[in-house]
Amino acid sequence: MTQALSLLPPQLMTTPPLLTMTGVSRRYGDVVALQDVSALVYPGEVLGIVGESGSGKSTLLRMMNLEDTPDTGDYRLALPDLGGNLFGLDRFARRMLCATRIGIVYQNPHQGLLMQHTSSGNVAERLLIAGERSFANLRARGRTALEASEFPLDRMDARPIELSGGMQQRVQLAKAIALEPALLLLDEPTTGLDVSVQALVLDTLKRLQRDRAISMVIVSHDLGVIRTMADRVMVMRRGRVVEQGLSDQIFQDPQHEYTQQLVHAKL
Amino acid sequence: MSIAQLTKAWQPMSYGFLDASAKRELRRKMLKAIAVPGCQMPYASREVPMARGWGTGGLQVTLTLLKPSSVVKVIDQGADDSVNAASIRSFLSKVSGAAETWDTLDASLIQSRHRIPEERLHAGQILVLQVPNPEPLRPVEPNMSIARQMHADADYGRLWLILYEQIVRSGRIMEGAAYPSLVNGRHVMTPSPIPRWDVPKLHMAQHLTFLSAGREKRLYAVPPFTKVEPLVFSDVPFKVEDHGALTCHRSGVNGFYMNEIPQGDGGSAFELSDSHLGIKAIRQAEGEADQIGATWYQNGHLA
Amino acid sequence: MTPVLQVQNLCKHFEMHHLGQRLMAFDGISFALNAGEFLLLRGPNGVGKSTLLRTLYRSYLPRAGHIWYHTTEGRIDLARAADVDISLLRRREIGFVTQFLIARPRVAAEDIVAEPLRRAGVAAADALREARRWLEEFGVKRDLWRAYPTTFSGGEQQKVNLARALILPQRLLLLDEPTASLDVGARAALVRRLGDLKAQGVAMIGVFHHPGDVADLIDRDIELTTSEVCEDVAL
Repeated sequence: MTQALSLLPPQLMTTPPLLTMTGVSRRYGDVVALQDVSALVYPGEVLGIVGESGSGKSTLLRMMNLEDTPDTGDYRLALPDLGGNLFGLDRFARRMLCATRIGIVYQNPHQGLLMQHTSSGNVAERLLIAGERSFANLRARGRTALEASEFPLDRMDARPIELSGGMQQRVQLAKAIALEPALLLLDEPTTGLDVSVQALVLDTLKRLQRDRAISMVIVSHDLGVIRTMADRVMVMRRGRVVEQGLSDQIFQDPQHEYTQQLVHAKL
Repeated sequence: MSIAQLTKAWQPMSYGFLDASAKRELRRKMLKAIAVPGCQMPYASREVPMARGWGTGGLQVTLTLLKPSSVVKVIDQGADDSVNAASIRSFLSKVSGAAETWDTLDASLIQSRHRIPEERLHAGQILVLQVPNPEPLRPVEPNMSIARQMHADADYGRLWLILYEQIVRSGRIMEGAAYPSLVNGRHVMTPSPIPRWDVPKLHMAQHLTFLSAGREKRLYAVPPFTKVEPLVFSDVPFKVEDHGALTCHRSGVNGFYMNEIPQGDGGSAFELSDSHLGIKAIRQAEGEADQIGATWYQNGHLA
Repeated sequence: MTPVLQVQNLCKHFEMHHLGQRLMAFDGISFALNAGEFLLLRGPNGVGKSTLLRTLYRSYLPRAGHIWYHTTEGRIDLARAADVDISLLRRREIGFVTQFLIARPRVAAEDIVAEPLRRAGVAAADALREARRWLEEFGVKRDLWRAYPTTFSGGEQQKVNLARALILPQRLLLLDEPTASLDVGARAALVRRLGDLKAQGVAMIGVFHHPGDVADLIDRDIELTTSEVCEDVAL
């Protein structure tokens, strides 16, 4: 079987990648969660990570958010005043980095939101951690973030616990983008939502991505979501990356046996 | 060697009631508290002849600091003559031989429940405040271990969030007493339930302040010349109670924190909370040579 | 003559793992294309014309050969270029026009058409004006401009698709049956637009069901013949 041609390193893209992860491995006892995984995300692009349960995709995303450290591996973000392997950061630096320079949207809104506080408060908390001390600014910047997430402003002081699933995801999104991070991580952001709501949320994400040139990493088992959102796709299986490439190429001309199975299995 | 040479005569109790090892532990924790202003230090809170919730924390700190040359003043809501204040004061002098006083200017140690005297304290004086609940993060995080971690991480976002939501809901910050304050730019403390009027007195003060909670077994300190900044938004300023224009109906003094006394006709009369200040004012008016010291507030405003 | 594309010995087949089969698409294709040239791909249905276009666009990965694309900074082999480089070229220089519009559920037709301009940094108001102009040119009814194309007929969707694909002049345009489901007016508008772009120097490679529509634009053509369709291989 002849291999597809191996690709060269970038020649035209002169901007270095925003996110570089190399050789990340993680075991939990006997279970191999990640095995020698590497990933690159360039500024302004959307990387989709697709895989079934147990593929390690969510674990990888958690690593990107510094919620977990691997057994081995290197993680760098090309951001001002930041250098070295981020897995080696101390607790305080890690917290500040996560809170102020990376945004994350979880599948379960309960994980990402303070359900009993107001929606605007959830966004304000992020700003407060970053040092915003003007009440007027907290309101204004909160409104901006909620508006960009296409959340109805007349409900900005409603508590997430009172809102629908789609609205809760929008609050998470507003919270994630409030500090205008360069990197946004999304873990199954629309899974569990009604189909019509899914479409709307994805649409908001696409618009946001175009307007703010924010880099995104989207993890999903739903190929439709990945196809809609991603520029490049990484296919994971049992902790390993089995294939990666341009989004349309992965879906139209999958090379690896597993990817072919995955793509053809779509109803 | 005789027994008499090797031992001391029996005494009914140690000097200052607490035994030497208790005081030693307290002293170490108090020094630690000074070293990290505003940070709560846990200590082994001892039994004293008073029930928990009545000032045992403050009492243990005062007992540790007592010397024969100490002059102690004890107030409860500003009054030296309240039953509890009087009991504590007499106990203190009984176990140490220290002198008692009602005059802020003469005291070297001042133990207080919920008020700071109006006359400025100076470098030779130590203020000990009784604290019911030392944890400012309790409304945010009831779990003590997590709260400790939050202090260590300077993770006060959720505390700020509560203040933000108070303004959203009511248009202003609702904290009346025990206004959470940032000490030395690092730790947030609750300054015990003193009124907002008193919080600015802790900021860059000449004196040392201890805050101690006996039931909760934590103590913390504000060393002299340390920043104490109430948590405020830059555009929603910190406001003290509106007492600047009130007059004490007994002493005629105005411009200080007042107790409100409801009258039979439905109205209110006001009385100086710092009762000995009122007494001195009355004595002065009657021609006695009583000295009133410099005060933090002048003409109803912070000087 | 400014060279744009030089294809050398391009080969493509598909490995169907679950069938244990190899599906041959084309083999040993070579040609050159200059700025402003229109190359037509001819051949029977299923012979691989569409596959060739997709391989040039890198939706399919070639097996062997070179696709030399000339940029202002030198040439780059699209067959082996990094994914990010391909993304970059697709954003700026290389366009692909299919007969299928991947419509996003709640985006208005005029926003879809304006998007390539917005991505290129054009201000929202200007992009919208230009988008509306092209919707009109292609004959999309005015009251549909703010409607969602997912609800349109095939023909209307195709018009939106074309307006969007052709709004920003590229250096290389790959056209895969763009006239399918178009009415006469829209077809004429397409040919006019292609003619304009050609005059501006855009190089084009197209597959047309009715080559007669674009007869005046064609400079050269390539005939693809059927080769080995299927081969059982031990994979």
